[in-house]
Amino acid sequence: MATIELKQVEKKFGENYAVRPVDLTINDGEFVALLGPSGCGKTTTLRMISGLEAVTGGRIYLDGKDVTWLKASERDIAFVFQFFALYPQMTVRQNIAFPLESQGEKQDVISKRVDEVVDMLRIRPMLKLKPHMLSGGDKQRVALARSLVRRPACFLMDEPLGALDAEFREAMRAEIKRLHIAQHATTVYVTHDQVEAMAMGDRIVVMSNAIVQQIGTPAEVYHDPANLFVANFIGSPGMQLVKGPYADGAVQLPGGSLYPVPAAWRPSLDDSIGPGELVIGFRAETAEVAEDGPIAGKVFNTDLHGSYVVLHVDLAGDQLVQVRARRDHEYGIGMPIRFGLNETMVRFFDPKTELALSPAESRGVGGEVGA
Amino acid sequence: MSQVTLEGVTKHFRIVTALHEVSFDIKDGEFFVMLGPTGAGKTTTLRVIAGLEKQDSGSVTFDGATMDKLPPADRDVAFVFQQYSLYPNMTVYDNLAFPLRSPIRRTKEAEIKLRVGEIAEVLRITHLLPRKTAKLSGGEMQRVSIGRAIVRSPRIYLMDEPLSNLDAKLREALRVELAHLQKTQGSTTLFVTHDQIEALTMAERIAVLNMGQIVQIGSPTDIYDRPASTFVAQLVGSPKINLLDANCEDGTLCLARGENRARLADICGDGGTLPPKFILGVRPEDVRLQSDGVFGGEVILIEPLGVETLVHIKAGEQTLVCTVPGISSTRRGDTVRFNVTRDRLHFFDPARGTRL
Amino acid sequence: MTATVPSTAQRGFAETGPASPVVESVRVDQVTPGARTGLRVRLIAAIVVAFIMLIPVFWMAMTAIKSRPDATASPPKVLFKPSWDGFVGLFTNRTQLSAGALKQYQKRTDLSYWEKVALIRGMRILGPSKFVGQLRNSLVISLASTFLAVALGLLSAYAFSRWDIKGKGDWLFFILSTRMLPAVVVTIPIFLMYRALGMYDTHIGMILLYTAFNLSFSVWLLKGFIDEIPKEYEEAALVDGYSRLQAFGKIVLPQAATGIVATAVFCLIFAWNEFAFSLMLTSARARTAPPSIATIQGVGGIEWGSIAAGTLLFLIPVVIMTFALRNYLLRGVTFGAIRQ
Repeated sequence: MATIELKQVEKKFGENYAVRPVDLTINDGEFVALLGPSGCGKTTTLRMISGLEAVTGGRIYLDGKDVTWLKASERDIAFVFQFFALYPQMTVRQNIAFPLESQGEKQDVISKRVDEVVDMLRIRPMLKLKPHMLSGGDKQRVALARSLVRRPACFLMDEPLGALDAEFREAMRAEIKRLHIAQHATTVYVTHDQVEAMAMGDRIVVMSNAIVQQIGTPAEVYHDPANLFVANFIGSPGMQLVKGPYADGAVQLPGGSLYPVPAAWRPSLDDSIGPGELVIGFRAETAEVAEDGPIAGKVFNTDLHGSYVVLHVDLAGDQLVQVRARRDHEYGIGMPIRFGLNETMVRFFDPKTELALSPAESRGVGGEVGA
Repeated sequence: MSQVTLEGVTKHFRIVTALHEVSFDIKDGEFFVMLGPTGAGKTTTLRVIAGLEKQDSGSVTFDGATMDKLPPADRDVAFVFQQYSLYPNMTVYDNLAFPLRSPIRRTKEAEIKLRVGEIAEVLRITHLLPRKTAKLSGGEMQRVSIGRAIVRSPRIYLMDEPLSNLDAKLREALRVELAHLQKTQGSTTLFVTHDQIEALTMAERIAVLNMGQIVQIGSPTDIYDRPASTFVAQLVGSPKINLLDANCEDGTLCLARGENRARLADICGDGGTLPPKFILGVRPEDVRLQSDGVFGGEVILIEPLGVETLVHIKAGEQTLVCTVPGISSTRRGDTVRFNVTRDRLHFFDPARGTRL
Repeated sequence: MTATVPSTAQRGFAETGPASPVVESVRVDQVTPGARTGLRVRLIAAIVVAFIMLIPVFWMAMTAIKSRPDATASPPKVLFKPSWDGFVGLFTNRTQLSAGALKQYQKRTDLSYWEKVALIRGMRILGPSKFVGQLRNSLVISLASTFLAVALGLLSAYAFSRWDIKGKGDWLFFILSTRMLPAVVVTIPIFLMYRALGMYDTHIGMILLYTAFNLSFSVWLLKGFIDEIPKEYEEAALVDGYSRLQAFGKIVLPQAATGIVATAVFCLIFAWNEFAFSLMLTSARARTAPPSIATIQGVGGIEWGSIAAGTLLFLIPVVIMTFALRNYLLRGVTFGAIRQ
C-alpha cells in the first residue's frame, strides 16, 4: 500500500505563505495532479512531500508512517525533475543503475532491474550513450527509468514534460500514463498545463496563490468548478463568465439580451442572490448557435481550430465570449448571431464570494449537479 | 506597411545549412506565420529579413526594393524577441520611448510622451509605465515588448515565438489580443512559432518549414485539410493525426498488421491510383466510435480533457486515437468498433511521406 | 528498502522536528540535528582558520606602533607601550644628534609632538620624507593603469564576445598567456627598452607597463561578463535604429557595470601592490610605495617599525575598498561557475 496523507501541511517564509495549510489524501495507485499557474505553491507542496523542502507546519504520512522529518533519502519515493537531472558524466546505463548501486544492491539484481525498466521505456539502443547526446524526450525517458528502477512506493514528478517541445509532449504524456497504469504506482504530478492534468489525473488539486482551490476528478473540475478561478483556469478556453444583474428569474446581459435561468436553479438563486449581480458560467462547446437563442451578439473574430471554429462573440463593446461552432457554416466578422446555453451544463457564481452556487437549497456547498 | 519578398535565400553556418533556397512573399498587411520544429530555420529567416544575419545567396525585398545592403537600422522593421527584449534597468516608459529616441528618428520629447501614452492605452499597460521592467510578470513583459515594436510604426513586424515562454493560460489571452491588434492596425506581420494552435488561429497564411526548407505554403485550411506530407500532417492538429500503415487488396482498404478491412472500391479498386502499400492519415476527430463500425479494436487508454475525451484504440498491432466529444462512457479494456470519415482520409507515400 | 537506524537524537527529531522552527527554504536533511551541528562546527573552524591567517597582519599592525627596541625585542613582545616612532620615521627624514646637540635640544620648549617623539631616540627631524610623494605616485599610476586596462579591455572583450573572429580561440589564449609570465622574467628586457626610450623612472612608463599586464586579465574577465548579457538587447537596439557604439554605450555598459567594477577592483589591487617592476624600473621620480617601504633604513639598520607603519598605511585603502566592494568581487570570482 502506498498512500500519501498531508495534514495541515504548510510552508511559510516569515509572514508570507508559499503554501497555506493543506489537507490531502492520495490513495494507493492513484494519479494526482497538482495544477496551477506559476508561483501557486504546487512545486513547493511536491517538494515538501519529497523532503527536499522542510515544512513549517503540519505532518506528512507515507503509508501511515509519519515522515515529516525524515530525510528525502529515507522516504520511499522517486523524484522526476523537469530538467531531467541526469548525471552528465555517466552513460545512460550507469545513470539508471545508480540508485541501486548507491543502496549497495547486488550486481545480478541490478542487471535484472535495469533490463526490466529499459525494455519498459524502450531505451535499449541508448544504453551506452551519455545524456548530452540524447534528445529531450529520450532524456526524460531515461529519468523515468531511473525513477522506476528502485520500485519506490510513490513517484513525484515536477513538470516532467515542461522542457520538451510541444510535439513530443502528447506522446510522452500517454506514455507516462500507460506506465502509471502498468505499474499501479501512486503518483503525484505537478504541472501548469491543465490539459496534462485533465488527461492524466485521476484527481486534480487546483491551486492558486498558495491556496488549494478545488480537489476533484477531471469531470468535476471541468463541469462543476468550485469557484471563478477554477472555472477560468480549467479548459481551453476557460469557462466563459458573464456578469449581469439578476432579477425575476433572468439575467440581463451586456447588450440587452435577457437570459432566463433554468427552472431548477430559480429557487436557490432567488434565495442566495435575491435581486443582485450574478455570474453565468458556460463552456464554449455547450453554447448552441440558434436563430432563436436568448443571447445576442456580433461576431468579433473567428478562429479555425482544425475541426471546429471558435467564434469570439461581442456581447456589447467590451465583453467577449467564445462559442464553439461547426466548420460547415460561414461566419463573417460583424455578423449578428444568437445562441443559447445547455441547461444542464450552465453554472452560476456569486461575484462577491467568487464561489459556485448550487441549484439545491442554499444550505450545502457544491452538491452534485446532474451532468 | 510593406510587402515582403524572399527569393532563394540560402544561409550556411560553417557546415550546417540553416536555410536552403527559401522563397515566399508576404502581402501588405498580411499576418503570415512560419511554422516548424525547433531548428527548422525560422529564427534565421527572421534575422535575415531584419538584417541581423547576412544571407549567403538570394534576396530580400520590401515593396520591390532590395534590402540586402542595408543595416538593420535602415530597414525600418520591428523585432519582438522570445525573451530579453526589455532593458531591465529602465522603466517601462523608457523602454517604450527607446526606439523613438534613436538617432535615426530624433523625435521630440513631447511627441514621444504622446505616442507612448497612446500605445500604453491600446495595450492597457498605462499603469505600468513608471515601473522597472524587472518587476513585471511574464505576460506584462511581453505586452511591453509588443508595445516597443508598435511604437515606431515600422513597415513590418517580425515576431520570434513571442508567446512560447508564457504559461498556457497567458498564451491564450495574449494570442487573442495580438490577433485583434494586427487586424485593427493592418500591419504586415511575420510571426514565427512551433505551436500549431498559434499558427492555425492567427495566420492568414502559413509557411511550414523543416530543416531549412519550405515544405508547404497555404492558408490554415489548406495546411489542415490538405497537408502536403506526413510531416505537415503531423505538425498541425491536436491531437496529432493518426498515421497508419495500410494497403489495398481487391478493392478493400486493409490496416496493416491486423484484421481491419473496409470496402473502398473507388480508391482501392481497379481504377485506384494508390501504390500497393501506403500510409493512411486520419485525424482523431474523423474517427467515430459506432457499434456497427467497420473497424474494431481494444481501448488501451482514456484521456478525459473535459471538452472532449481521447480514446486510444489498439487495432491489430497499430494504435490510433479517437476524439469523442464531452465525457465518454468508454472504459479502458473495452472492445469497440469505429468508422472513419471517407472524404477526410489522407494518403501518403510510405517512402517519401508525400501526399498521394 | 532499508533505512539506517536513527540515533536517539535523530529519533526525537523524527518526531518533533528541529529545535528552532524552519523559516527559510531548506531540505529536511539540512535541518537535522546532525546537519545543524555540522554547520556550527564548520563555522567555528572557518573563524579559527581565518583568525590564524590574520595573525601576521595583527602582528604587523602592532609592530607599527611599537617603539624601536620593542619592535626588535626577542622574545617578541605582545604587551607593550605604544609609540609613534614608526610613523615618524616613515614620514620624516631624521638625523642622529651629537651628545651636545642632544642636550640643547632637550632643553627646548618649542618642539612639536613629533619632534619630541624623534627626540626619544636622540634624533632630530630634518624634513618630510619622500613617502607621501611615493604614495601619490602609487595612486596616480594605479588609477591610470586601471582605467586604461578596463577601458581597452572592455572594447576588446565586447569584440571577442559578439563577433566571430577568425582564430578567436587562439587570440584569447595568447592574451591569457601573457599573464602566465612572472614579472621578473621580463624585467630586464623591459628595463633595457625603457632606458633606450627614455621611459625609465617615468610615470607614463609605469602606467603603460601596468596596463599591458592587466589587460589580459581584464579582457578575460570582462568577456565573461559580457557573454552573460544576452545579445538580443543590442540587436533590439540595432533594429530600432541605434549604431553599434550607441547600443554598446546605452545597453551593454549599464548591464556590465557590476562586472566592470569587479574587474577594476582586481586590476587596481594588482597595480597597487606591484613590487618587482617598480623596484627595477623606477628611482627618484616615479617610485611607488611598495619598494620604498620595504627598504626603509635608518641609523643602526632596518627600521622595522617604520616598515610596519608603511605597510599598514598602504594596506588600509585596499582593505576598505575590498570590504566595501565585496559583493562585486564575489561576483567576479564566481561568475559562470555558479548558476542561479
